[in-house]
Amino acid sequence: MAQVVVVTSGKGGVGKTTSTAALGAALAQGGENVVVVDFDVGLRNLDLVMGAERRVVFDLVNVVQGDAKLAQALIRDKRLENLSLLPASQTRDKDALTPEGVERIVGELREKFDWIICDSPAGIERGATLAMRHADMAVVVTNAEVSSVRDSDRIIGLLDSKTLRAEQGQRMPKHLLLTRYDTARASRGEMLKVDDVLEILSIPLLGIIPESQDVLRASNLGAPVTLASPASVAARAYAEAGKRLKGEQIQVTVPAAEPRGLFGKLFGRRAVA
Amino acid sequence: MNLRALFRRRDSAPVARERLQVLLAHERSAVGGSDLIAVLQEEILAVIARHVSVDRDKVQIKLDRGDPVSTLEIDVEVPSLLRAAAASGGGRSPEAALRR
Repeated sequence: MAQVVVVTSGKGGVGKTTSTAALGAALAQGGENVVVVDFDVGLRNLDLVMGAERRVVFDLVNVVQGDAKLAQALIRDKRLENLSLLPASQTRDKDALTPEGVERIVGELREKFDWIICDSPAGIERGATLAMRHADMAVVVTNAEVSSVRDSDRIIGLLDSKTLRAEQGQRMPKHLLLTRYDTARASRGEMLKVDDVLEILSIPLLGIIPESQDVLRASNLGAPVTLASPASVAARAYAEAGKRLKGEQIQVTVPAAEPRGLFGKLFGRRAVA
Repeated sequence: MNLRALFRRRDSAPVARERLQVLLAHERSAVGGSDLIAVLQEEILAVIARHVSVDRDKVQIKLDRGDPVSTLEIDVEVPSLLRAAAASGGGRSPEAALRR
């Protein structure tokens, strides 16, 4: 049965879009039939991170409003044939999305795919609530930083009240994805530790993604990091997170501090502090 | 990290720059919510629809926004074309005219 996953955070810039692309690709690399859906109407970016920005013809709003068929708006990934993208509209505003239209599209996507990964916009407005509305589970993307943790707590509250599952009295499974994690800074006491965040938010941990050059390089190139640098620590962390989403029991490990490059080794901490 | 990886890592920023330049050039040129390619596509389909019945489900549109050229590929399935041509008694081959 198809699983609808919302990738959400409340706060912007924590890594929702990057994580949507990487988790979607990781699941597809594992043989699942996956679509990633951009709900950030007016400020789309999933197309850019996926490297499909030149090929967008129709978008979510076109399909919601009946100007295009779903099949016409879906963009198949050039590297993975079982990975598709449904882009958001760049020129419309969030109000172009209607609850009925989104419900219809999610229903159609459920027939075609095993996994529907919804990239939520930041904030708690219409776009964000519509992105989570039909979810079967949620990935809460959080940085080990006070405002991100606070906003995640707010989003968890919304997941437990505003979603269809919540309204039907069902439990909404929520998973914490800790991104941009800097083990070295956390161990120096400059950043919240994994256990601090887990204790505060008290939802199960899906994975820890280290702050990584490979993630930046992947978005520069327009490829999910699991495709751009599959052997990198970040890609392996996403691949494992994808397996945990599927229900596999894999121990979460705190990533080791990223090995410094030649420059970093020569100039050490002074160069970055 | 070996030497090759060290050099390879440096070349992602120029790729990002080039991708953004192409994308933003297209987005900035968009007028009234639709860019030239979208207008072309609508009008081409409207012209075809004037002559044959077009099932919108059977239309495949592929786009590649590039620099210096973009390509727009419109693939229209026209099942009733031969019958329509036979009915009107036309000697031309509209199929050939429509072929990309």
